[in-house]
Amino acid sequence: MEVDRGGCSLFGVMDESGKRFSGAQATSAIAKMQDRENGLGGGFAGYGIYPRFKNCYAFHLLYDNEKAEESTERCLEENYSIEKAEPIPTRKKTTIENPPLLWRYFLTVKETKANSEPGQEDFVVSTVMKINGEIDGAFVISSGKNMGIFKGVGFAGEIGKFFRLEEYKGYAWTAHGRFPTNTVGWWGGAHPFGLLDWSVVHNGEISSYGTNKRYLENFGYRCALFTDTEVITYLFDLLARKYGFGFDVIGRILAAPFWDEIERLPESQREICKALRLAYGSALVNGPFATIVGHTGGIVGINDRIKLRPLVAARKGSMLYMSSEESGIREVCQSPDKVWMPEAGEPVVGRLEGAHG
Amino acid sequence: MVKSTPPFGFTIDRDDEKCIRCQACVRMCSNDVHAYDAEKDVIVSDSTKCVGCHFCEAICPTSSLTVERTQSQYRENFNWTAEVINDIKSQAGSGGVILTGMGCDKPYTNYWDRIVLNASQVTNPSIDPLREPMELRTFIGRKPDRVEIDSSGEPKLATEISPQLELETPIMFSAMSYGSISYNASLALARAASDFGTFWNTGEGGLHKDFYKYGPRTIVQVASGRFGVTREYLNTGAAIEIKVGQGAKPGIGGHLPGEKVTESISETRMIPIGTDALSPAPHHDIYSIEDLRQLIYALKEATRYKKPVGVKIAAVHNVAPISSGIVRAGADFIVIDGVRGGTGAAPKVIRDNVGIPIEIAAAVVDSRLREEGIRNQASLIVAGGFRRSSDVVKAIALGADAVYIATSALVAMGCTICQKCYTGKCNWGIATQDPYLTKRLNPEIATRRLKNLLRAWSLEIKEMMGGMGINAIESLRGNREQLRGVGLSEVELEMLGIKHVGEAW
Repeated sequence: MEVDRGGCSLFGVMDESGKRFSGAQATSAIAKMQDRENGLGGGFAGYGIYPRFKNCYAFHLLYDNEKAEESTERCLEENYSIEKAEPIPTRKKTTIENPPLLWRYFLTVKETKANSEPGQEDFVVSTVMKINGEIDGAFVISSGKNMGIFKGVGFAGEIGKFFRLEEYKGYAWTAHGRFPTNTVGWWGGAHPFGLLDWSVVHNGEISSYGTNKRYLENFGYRCALFTDTEVITYLFDLLARKYGFGFDVIGRILAAPFWDEIERLPESQREICKALRLAYGSALVNGPFATIVGHTGGIVGINDRIKLRPLVAARKGSMLYMSSEESGIREVCQSPDKVWMPEAGEPVVGRLEGAHG
Repeated sequence: MVKSTPPFGFTIDRDDEKCIRCQACVRMCSNDVHAYDAEKDVIVSDSTKCVGCHFCEAICPTSSLTVERTQSQYRENFNWTAEVINDIKSQAGSGGVILTGMGCDKPYTNYWDRIVLNASQVTNPSIDPLREPMELRTFIGRKPDRVEIDSSGEPKLATEISPQLELETPIMFSAMSYGSISYNASLALARAASDFGTFWNTGEGGLHKDFYKYGPRTIVQVASGRFGVTREYLNTGAAIEIKVGQGAKPGIGGHLPGEKVTESISETRMIPIGTDALSPAPHHDIYSIEDLRQLIYALKEATRYKKPVGVKIAAVHNVAPISSGIVRAGADFIVIDGVRGGTGAAPKVIRDNVGIPIEIAAAVVDSRLREEGIRNQASLIVAGGFRRSSDVVKAIALGADAVYIATSALVAMGCTICQKCYTGKCNWGIATQDPYLTKRLNPEIATRRLKNLLRAWSLEIKEMMGGMGINAIESLRGNREQLRGVGLSEVELEMLGIKHVGEAW
């Protein structure tokens, strides 16, 4: 079984005005924090990178062999119109060894399968669950619109070069350097973890895993990877996409304030916080973590309720940065307007102008 | 010649050099074990009357007494044990059902002792509960499916939350009626629960007028005998518990012998002085799940939907589907009492042979309610032989919301589990109504000891949670990943929903 444990470095950057910039920033910022990783995994998520196919679900796939590729393509052809299929471009001269087959597909759901937007999203989720759970040697690492996840085994900086991220332009990027302590190197197990347009990079180990997993099972999420990122991704999908909660509310669910803090709040807020803990206690993520979640509308950084893992944020004009260490931010932005340490459980929200949520 | 009293029991060993002939043991023993022979200036002890409660040993000012198991033995026989032989002899003499007290003492597997807990090492830090906040606060009652927030102006809660009991620790005192236990014992439970911020339970004996002031911390029980049930009683409690069954005696009713029905108990139960208080095996208005639903809603109507209404059943083979039915019938909480649950009086054959262990029952009920998507509709309280804080932690990790303790609470007050509660002669002043005996239990001291027990267990629970890196009880609830079985079969592991030791996540 795969386990996701250990140190790790996180980085997130976005231009809230929506201006697009290359993946080089995220690559060099994460490379700066190389001490926090051990070469067993690195990855990136970029938003706004596929404007030509912005209405298609962009599937990034890892294949161990051609048979897995064939089975997967058969499954996709059955359910989707494939607008384009191509290998993901990579750079050959890097330290990255033995990559799997890397393909991407731009897909639209066949009308006979689902015709409404929420229906299509649920359908895409079920396809991802099916491929990852049932097709041996195939793994969907990314399935959102106008976004993509690039990840693999190796140091994060090298992974960025391998995927030629400097050639893409996006309005938001997240990055992850991994230090797993007791797992084999596996491309699919690197971060970010993604589902639809959600991507999660995570540093930590959640002790509430068993509770969270069983809670999610109530809603049809199958936690197949035994990783914390998977659980956090599904929790965001449930709370934000399905329940429509804003990130301030999600923060108060995932990193709930303590009862003595709740008691000091004004009455209406106290009632809300109490009701959230009563109803969503099983969604409380307990244990040390720092997480940056990306989605079409922006990026959100959040810490556990007693801040046991580092997360620092900065702003410069319309740019928002989040990082495990300030060094990552200073690497790409030498004089930010403001640098701060977010409080435990307090979400740092970067919103794309004109987007909701 | 067959002796009517079987020869096996206890031996009183008296160190004659230490004994100062104060005769405290002579005056105190309710079983008349000790007698003073003035002519010879010796105290003689008739061991055949001894129940092994150790009270004389505890009060002897010079520690001259030791109560030991008697040495007299039958020939070894795996099947025909001393207990079997003595039971037969006793029944051959009496022609009756053998009564006993407390919970099943048979060595069925105790799964708490076969489950071990996890702790954090390196990759996630453990949390020190003496330095960091650690939350045990627990809510009992129906939880909403969804929370709606009205954000049109200043955000306001738009979902109505059902009534909840708020506990400072996930431990409550289980049902023990006034009648089965003494006034002072009930008083101590009520005060300790109120002071600590948890709840005590009236059992089926009604609520003494003096205890109405503890109403906000009282769960009032409605059992098949309906003793002491009035509108005022229902509205005084913080919650109502319909008792369908009890772990010590699933399928049968209660029995309080007439000797225990004193004036005060008669008033509280609303029955004549000196009459046996027999509660029927079934509720005579509940012969189906629809009938249970009617009673739940009758009680909710009577209390204007301001109090959680729960249902207590004994853990039996079909416990999971029955629990599902109870939740669908509208219960806000469900109590499952396992085979080791205690009693003041029960037929021994029932106590020792009917029902299933609470560990398995807790696990299968939680899983079933989750499978049906109704786990949030009712809280799950488990009961039946919780001996220490680790049992509580394991129960919550299996999926329970809170735990009821009763035997442990009695032990805190002095009980040594001699299993003679049904005789009404409890030397410790707990399970008796004899004023000479009940005054021995100082309610102030008993309250303090009960609070100490709650405090000690709560501290230990925090230590165990901190070790796992968890700082809120809701992250422990249902967190079966924190549990591993030791030496259990695959079927047992599957029932408990846990992995075996050695397996990683």
